[in-house]
Amino acid sequence: MTQFVAFVKKEFRHIVRDRWTMLILLALPVIMLLLFGYAITTEVRNTKVAIYDPSDDVMTRNIVERLSASEYFEVDRLLASPDEAEAAFKGGEVGLVVLFPDRFAEKYARGGEAQVLLEADGSDPNTATTLVSYAKGVIAAYQGELARSAGPAAARARLIDTQVRLLYNPELKGAYNFVPGVMGMVLMLICAMMTSVSIAREKEKGTMEVLLVSPLKPFLIIVAKAVPYFALSILNLATILVFSVFVLGVPVEGSLFGLVLVSFVFIFLSLSVGLLISSMVSSQAAALLISGMALMLPVLLISGMMFPIENMPFFLRALSAALPARWYIAAVKKLMIKGLGPYSVARELAILSAMTIAILAASLRQFRVRLE
Amino acid sequence: MVVARELRRRYGETDALRGIGFEVGRGELFGIIGPDGAGKTTLFRVLATLLLADSGSATIDGLDVARDYAALRRRLGYMPGRFSLYQDLTVEENLEFFATVFGATIEANYALVADIYRQLEPFKKRRAGALSGGMKQKLALCCALIHKPELLLLDEPTTGVDPVSRKEFWDMLGRLNGQGITILVSTPYMDEAGLCDRIALMQGGSFLDVDRPAGIVAKYPHALWAVRASRMSGLLGDLRDKAGVLSCFAFGDSHHVATDGSLGPAELERYLASRGHESIEIGRIEPGIEDCFMDLAGAGEGR
Repeated sequence: MTQFVAFVKKEFRHIVRDRWTMLILLALPVIMLLLFGYAITTEVRNTKVAIYDPSDDVMTRNIVERLSASEYFEVDRLLASPDEAEAAFKGGEVGLVVLFPDRFAEKYARGGEAQVLLEADGSDPNTATTLVSYAKGVIAAYQGELARSAGPAAARARLIDTQVRLLYNPELKGAYNFVPGVMGMVLMLICAMMTSVSIAREKEKGTMEVLLVSPLKPFLIIVAKAVPYFALSILNLATILVFSVFVLGVPVEGSLFGLVLVSFVFIFLSLSVGLLISSMVSSQAAALLISGMALMLPVLLISGMMFPIENMPFFLRALSAALPARWYIAAVKKLMIKGLGPYSVARELAILSAMTIAILAASLRQFRVRLE
Repeated sequence: MVVARELRRRYGETDALRGIGFEVGRGELFGIIGPDGAGKTTLFRVLATLLLADSGSATIDGLDVARDYAALRRRLGYMPGRFSLYQDLTVEENLEFFATVFGATIEANYALVADIYRQLEPFKKRRAGALSGGMKQKLALCCALIHKPELLLLDEPTTGVDPVSRKEFWDMLGRLNGQGITILVSTPYMDEAGLCDRIALMQGGSFLDVDRPAGIVAKYPHALWAVRASRMSGLLGDLRDKAGVLSCFAFGDSHHVATDGSLGPAELERYLASRGHESIEIGRIEPGIEDCFMDLAGAGEGR
């Protein structure tokens, strides 16, 4: 045990004394988050709204009034026809267009077709989602009021159906989608790359020979190598979560427990991947190359972080299913953004656990008690 | 202490070990002398349980290097050739780490390394990467010694070290050996051979000879001459052309010429003069280990 502790202490010294390692470990997650998320977040206060309201009845007027009363919106103009919406966007001043049908209140009272269409400029996805969700909130609050005054039975039959149309970027990629991606990438990178490089360094410098000759069990060497990175990954996880909640405003909507659980499994998995890589290569450059190219690129491109998996051809979809990060990112999206409970990610958790066991088994089988 | 039989090991196309067999007695200082690529490092790795031989066997203290590797690893002190310590750890941290990992403490075995460590102590807060080559090797030796091994395997500990430090290092080996530790050491420097109890001359994966240094020198079969002239270039070629000259190698400021019985110094001088050489000096010399090595290696190639 003292041997193990001494080894872990030594590993921490390596990390702390190398300025670049420290920089990568501590600054990389923050920089990535800022790059992907913060750079496209904008202030949404007093956004100009254009209204198309052929009904002009008590309900639509109420909704418009409430919108303009909120701190986020300012009713800028009334449109004469729906076709003017695009021109309003192109002018660059209007951020949101609210389109009502004719005879809105009548349709609502009959139940069914009381539809509001919200149009937003999707080329700035983060702003667009924010605006749309604020507007939806206002309408939902109004509907709640109506329901209370009309009684629950009547309200159930009557719904304001809020439709959203995002112009220019219907897929809506933004900070919300990037946070889970960055989490997946950072954890994979730190665990897999740093562990594999640090083991490869021992091989390259010849210290591995001495360690192997020592009475220290080879398995303990590996575990001791992984401990500091495990600790740092948890630190990174905390940093990312704090940053995304307080700086980027991406909340943890669902189960924090579930999020931490699935992250721990993913960290274990990434560490095993690092061990597997290090057992296959003997130089730092090779370890870096493999973990960089073989892990980073697929995570960026086909894990669902940047491009939706559903739109990929079959071959890429199959490839993506083999990526641990893909399942992790999917689970984080569910837990953070969709606001689901821990049971919702049972499938992802099961897949990640199975992958961990398989990779750990493979890397232990690969690990040699001799030089080759 | 060490018994090796018919060790063979291939690396792809090259035979790194071609049937090595030797024995090292308890308390011996045994040197393996040979140039780069002779197979010394492979042999050390096999003995250090780090590499499996393709065939043959080796035991240390009765323990098989392949089968009983776990038990053996507790008893060995191994210093690999390109041994680098952790450059980013201080002298003290390095020693402490290796002591702990080998299940020992600096205090318990301080007496063993005291001699060497005293020289390092002024720098104990310095990072190992900032030490000179000689100091690094001394620290590495300390680290290999700190768990009081019964057998020390030192693979080229003096390569790349300045002559003064090399001398000091060998003095230390002598003292450690005096305390009863068996030492197996390899070196490409022939002049270090004389400091060992017994040596093996190694070339191309085989041992050319195993004996005491004096024994090896005594077996040298030819007459040996040191030849010098004003124009050293050309001299080597001319000497090699002469009948009766068995071999001729450049040795620092003179050429060492081995002859068979038929060729005397007077005739050699006449021959060189006829080739236009001036200020010719020819002197009979006693062969060194290097001369023996060259002779054995040359014979090995001819065979």
